[in-house]
Amino acid sequence: MSRLKGIKMTEEKKEFWRWKEYNWHDEAKDWKGVETITAGVDVGSVSSQVVIMLDGELYAYSNMRTGSDSPDSARKAMSWALEDTGMTLDDIHYIVGTGYGRVNVPFSNRAITEIACHARGGNMMYGSTVRTILDMGGQDCKAIRCDERGKVSNFLMNDKCAAGTGRGMEVFADLLAVSIEDVGEQSLDVEEEPPPVSSTCVVFAKSEATSLLREGWSKKKVLAAYCSAMAHRVVTLLERVGVEKDFAITGGIAKNIGVIKRLEKELNLTSLKSNYDTQIAGALGAALFGKTLIEKQRMKAK
Amino acid sequence: MKANYGYLDGSGEFFITIDTDLCIECSHHGCVDACPVGMFEIIVDDYDDKVAAIKEEHRKKVKYDCSACKPVSDRPPLPCVEACTPGAITHSW
Repeated sequence: MSRLKGIKMTEEKKEFWRWKEYNWHDEAKDWKGVETITAGVDVGSVSSQVVIMLDGELYAYSNMRTGSDSPDSARKAMSWALEDTGMTLDDIHYIVGTGYGRVNVPFSNRAITEIACHARGGNMMYGSTVRTILDMGGQDCKAIRCDERGKVSNFLMNDKCAAGTGRGMEVFADLLAVSIEDVGEQSLDVEEEPPPVSSTCVVFAKSEATSLLREGWSKKKVLAAYCSAMAHRVVTLLERVGVEKDFAITGGIAKNIGVIKRLEKELNLTSLKSNYDTQIAGALGAALFGKTLIEKQRMKAK
Repeated sequence: MKANYGYLDGSGEFFITIDTDLCIECSHHGCVDACPVGMFEIIVDDYDDKVAAIKEEHRKKVKYDCSACKPVSDRPPLPCVEACTPGAITHSW
């Protein structure tokens, strides 16, 4: 030990995978006196979102990391969405839980699968012309076909393997010490597109990347190879349900331009763009389902 | 709606597809009793329709759970497919 005296052993480890958590509400809107206030709570395996809607219009949302306790994550995401709005949980008329932890949302009136919610949310975010939605989530990937009302007509979910998911991208960001938010841009900054790394498994892809770095590949080139592998992986899933125009992408990976560009190139399609945050699609759909369900309840009560 | 239950991994694509538009017409749901490992259940889906689905605990191992009904050669008709009179069930492998 004495020989190590004075040597700085390690620097504080930076978590490159950690993305920014945020909340937002529309200050121009007043929720008091609104007939229908609904909320969607999407507790995913990696992130949790809450969307609050006033008569079917977006009012507030939050997006944060899911912790080890799903009910607690739902509570935290809800209180963050409500922050500075003056609204309380009791003011919301109907709450729909969705996502991986949908059955663990303690204050929800109903649980609906994330597949139906993403289709409904995607329909609002991208318009009624959207027919194929790809949701690239934290630990799963969903290919969804839907009709003009946002009703699912065909779906497929792959949650057995981390390849093609946000978690896989986080692993690479950490390995290469590149902030998760910069991965996409940096992967496009290569002179020539490298061949993709293994697309069948994140663990194999990671060890392949380590070998490539040792061979002298730049970080950007390795990122390009991984983004390309991820795009290829997802295309296989999409082909199973069939891709019909218009095509849109939701979830955290939709913010990674490196994957999106390569995916569009492989599909020979351009994905729709939206002003909405792509990560709130599930919660948005859940809140819209909430509106329909409370209106049905009110009709029955009359 | 076509619901694909299963997964894609390094060894291939393993999906059981249930066409709920056809399934909804069925009153007896023979698939539930026909499957020797009890993979099927009847659920109320997100659109309030009563349809067959693969149980959660089988979705990530359909390749293995179906193996008894899928010998390498001389494969007989699958019991679930045979029992499904509306023809709503298909297997990808």
